[in-house]
Amino acid sequence: MGLLSDPNRRKALTNLLTRLNTPICVVCYLAAIVWFMGLAFEPFTLRTYMSENAMGSTMVEERFSAGERALAAAKEFNAHKRKADGMPVEWLVKAMQARGLEVFTQSFFQKLPFPDENKERYMVRGTNVYGILRAPRAPRTEALVISAPCTPGGTNNQAVGILLGLAQYFRNQVYWAKDIIFLVNEHDLIGMQAWLEGYHHTNITGMEYSPLQGRAGSIQAALSLELSSDVITSLDLVLEGLNGQLPNLDLANLFYAFCQKLNVLCTIQGKLQRNDWDSAEGYTHAAQTMMLMVLKQASGRSWGDHGLFLRYHIEAASIRGINSFRHYKMDATTIGRLLEGMVRKLNNLLERLHQSYFFYLLPSLSRFVSIGYYMPAFGLLAVILLLRALDLWVHLGAPVLSEVDGVSEAEQPSSPGVLSVLTPVVISHLTGVALYILPVYLQDMAVEHFPVSETEAVVLTALAIYTAGLALPHNTQRLLSGEGTEQGWKVLKLTSLLYLAVLLGCTALINFSLGFILAVTLVPVTASITPHMLKSVSALAMVLLSPAFTIFYCVLIYQELMEAPVSLPEGLTIFLSVISQGILDHALYGSLVYPLLALFVYPCWLMFWNILFWK
Amino acid sequence: MAAPLTLLLLVAVTIRGVLFRSNLAEIISERVEVVSPLNAWKRVVEGLALLDLGVSPYSGDVFHETPLMIYLFHFLVDYAEIVFMIADGITAVALYLSVQIYNKNVFRKQKYALESERYPADCLELLRSPKEMFYIPLKVAMFYLLNPFTILSCVAKSTCGLNNAIIALFILCTLKGSALLSGILLALATYQSMYPLTLFAPALLFFLQRLYIPVNLRRSSFWFFTLQYAFIYFGSLIVITGLSFFLLGSWDFIPSVYGFILSVPDLTPNIGLFWYFFAEMFEHFRLFFICVFQINVFFYTIPLSIKLKEHPVFLMFMQIAIISIFKSYPTVGDVALYMAFLPAWSHLYRFLRNIFLVSCVLLACSALFPVLWHLWIYAGSANSNFYYAITLLFNFGQILLVSDYFYAYLRREHHLTHGLYLKKKDGTEATLVLK
Repeated sequence: MGLLSDPNRRKALTNLLTRLNTPICVVCYLAAIVWFMGLAFEPFTLRTYMSENAMGSTMVEERFSAGERALAAAKEFNAHKRKADGMPVEWLVKAMQARGLEVFTQSFFQKLPFPDENKERYMVRGTNVYGILRAPRAPRTEALVISAPCTPGGTNNQAVGILLGLAQYFRNQVYWAKDIIFLVNEHDLIGMQAWLEGYHHTNITGMEYSPLQGRAGSIQAALSLELSSDVITSLDLVLEGLNGQLPNLDLANLFYAFCQKLNVLCTIQGKLQRNDWDSAEGYTHAAQTMMLMVLKQASGRSWGDHGLFLRYHIEAASIRGINSFRHYKMDATTIGRLLEGMVRKLNNLLERLHQSYFFYLLPSLSRFVSIGYYMPAFGLLAVILLLRALDLWVHLGAPVLSEVDGVSEAEQPSSPGVLSVLTPVVISHLTGVALYILPVYLQDMAVEHFPVSETEAVVLTALAIYTAGLALPHNTQRLLSGEGTEQGWKVLKLTSLLYLAVLLGCTALINFSLGFILAVTLVPVTASITPHMLKSVSALAMVLLSPAFTIFYCVLIYQELMEAPVSLPEGLTIFLSVISQGILDHALYGSLVYPLLALFVYPCWLMFWNILFWK
Repeated sequence: MAAPLTLLLLVAVTIRGVLFRSNLAEIISERVEVVSPLNAWKRVVEGLALLDLGVSPYSGDVFHETPLMIYLFHFLVDYAEIVFMIADGITAVALYLSVQIYNKNVFRKQKYALESERYPADCLELLRSPKEMFYIPLKVAMFYLLNPFTILSCVAKSTCGLNNAIIALFILCTLKGSALLSGILLALATYQSMYPLTLFAPALLFFLQRLYIPVNLRRSSFWFFTLQYAFIYFGSLIVITGLSFFLLGSWDFIPSVYGFILSVPDLTPNIGLFWYFFAEMFEHFRLFFICVFQINVFFYTIPLSIKLKEHPVFLMFMQIAIISIFKSYPTVGDVALYMAFLPAWSHLYRFLRNIFLVSCVLLACSALFPVLWHLWIYAGSANSNFYYAITLLFNFGQILLVSDYFYAYLRREHHLTHGLYLKKKDGTEATLVLK
């Protein structure tokens, strides 16, 4: 406490911080970037290890051998799916009943706020089919879920086939201590959402669904399987869930352990692991993998059907089979064994997975970066905002604070009216509210007056409001009848800096990637903005580092990292579809990224925009 | 000044009315930061239901309100929202009037001191002007009514708002100089939540000062008045408790209310310091540490009363703040009460040292509470340690705030007697350090 109570030391510290403010800020920013990029460097990361005793030390032996039969079932399923042009409910019910499960169906209906052009759906009606294998060895208080989506076209049949094969095999085993639910969900996430809401008796998104007739215990873990060909070269693990939530790291460890045991090639973000960490290529590879994870997590979307489970405190991951025409191939039996092993280990759990990390980044499947390692990168960026705020505070109260403990004579400069600060804040937030509400509400009107489709109407309205917000500062000033004082903008900037710091801090806690990406783009410009800068240049810089452009850059980088680089016009198209997806994700599953950006980040950015045009 | 106050009340009522009608009210009333097991509206409703069934509301472990409170709501349950809004209004008006009286007193005293030339010549700039003091009562009312903490507390229908109203009325009666009403209201406040017991000392000091009775243990007039005030206080406390007994016909409420406050059996997380500590503790240390924690709340009364015996109103502020920081089930409503007083000490601003740090900490913590709660309870990815860390930080901020004001107040008084520009013995400029 010496620092807080000893006036001389305080004064020295404050002086140091104000005099060296800009260099310290620059150093912090660079350090943050370097730190973050360093996270992918193998010597700085930790090797993954199984923390859960119940899964680590026990041995299981995989005996599943009905791979061929599973593929046959997949073919039959495909034929019936084609005949029914959608989910072959009756066939599936019969097939599951024949394998000795208690089978139930759930029908659901959801009308999207506007048509989804990527997946070409608007009014979604479908049926989920699930069968429960009751645990012979324990009271039915806990359950595991294995799910496979039923997607239109010829994809994912093999996943359903393996599901049925596993059900038949599991039925004959005696060691199950948890109910196992085999779920085939239609319309991927929408069906999953309906099923989960039905299972947990909630209704967050106003979806219509029939109540579930059969129920097992509380779900402990879930695996979602996606396979599209008979032969697979590698398996990809998908972890990123809704709002950037991740399952417990032990689930990834479990998958990795079984891939090792069964000699299966496994990838994460579609990237194989490399062993040459000391070479430049090795490092770049790891950095790319980590960046992909950061971008996916930041999007706040659910990147597989597992993503919605996480909200209900259920650890879940998607396993995606990839056929990339390598020499190395594996058959359905191996995949069945892998799942069998994972489910048997999960069956051994005595409590929910909680031993290992929930906050992590993965530069490869065998290495992870925990929250303690990556948070400093964000902390360094947040410190910049606080330092700038401190600097402003000292300048604002200059006569008072410069002689913090000697007593000063200077009269406090008349503080700017509360109104002159409050008006920009309120106006910015009203713009944010408009950005949040209007696009979906105005689509009918927009479609009537302009030659665009509903989806385009929504996205373009959002962009129009976003751009219109930029014109506001001038109006704000006029409302105040030229009241902008030197003190005024400083107070506004102080408020905005603290607001941004708290906002980014909260975001980074829930979704580190989103918080970090926003901080990287927003911090430099917001920290340095003043009304005395060259207007045109700084305005350009601000716009280029605004939230919308951040999304655009992320799209470009993502495409680059996926090894599918796009030109600018193509990038723009993807950017527009990303925005529509973001709005849809919010409406359908309750993803928080769109409201966060519209209601908080954008208004906050507008406040800084206001400072730039302070008169 | 009546017009702005009316306008303020209208604005406050409008905000509360809108929030009551929105679906936010339900979410807010579930927040652990806003309601505690002691004052949750859900529990009041439960108690009422038991009472209507003819069962003692204290059977079971849900209801911990006092009997008078449940009988109040027995008649007013349909108008609960209005009751809570009126309670906030009463608190604000009472604080408004109290601060007005206080300011008048301060100004009068300052005038006498000036006339008798007791202030050093270089201290004139420290003196308070009527112009600066004019808007302070209004600001106090505004700080209470428009404080998000108060609004949340009111919308959640936490009975904390009613306790605050009683304390505010007690302060008003004390400053008005009515020993009888003050004693009765203090007894009522004590009856409600026990901790206001420590406000006995500042109230007594205030009356003694007002009646020009020196605090001298050998003077009979001192003992006479002390006994008189104590008699009023304890007499009304006994009457109120007896009344509760006759209303319910049993003493069940004593262990259910005061035992519950003192022994802290409910470890639901809140913004206080108790829950985590006692959740982690070995059972056989529990009694000892409960004593330590509870004595902690009351203990500061003695040194503060000695140090601030000339300034009973500031002492009252300190006591209320200490209660709201260290009590066993604090909520944001308690914090709001002492924060309302901050404008009354706006003349101390120049001596505050950590106000920037403190406001940053309090702001950040208020935002982080719901975030970490979400991560802990809903997402399951964080745990109680994260939440408790923020609780600790929040209380650290509050303690720093209160001690900062304490230091600033003492320092101003020091300057008023010793002059503004202090010299060391060797003639260089001196600085004051709080150690």
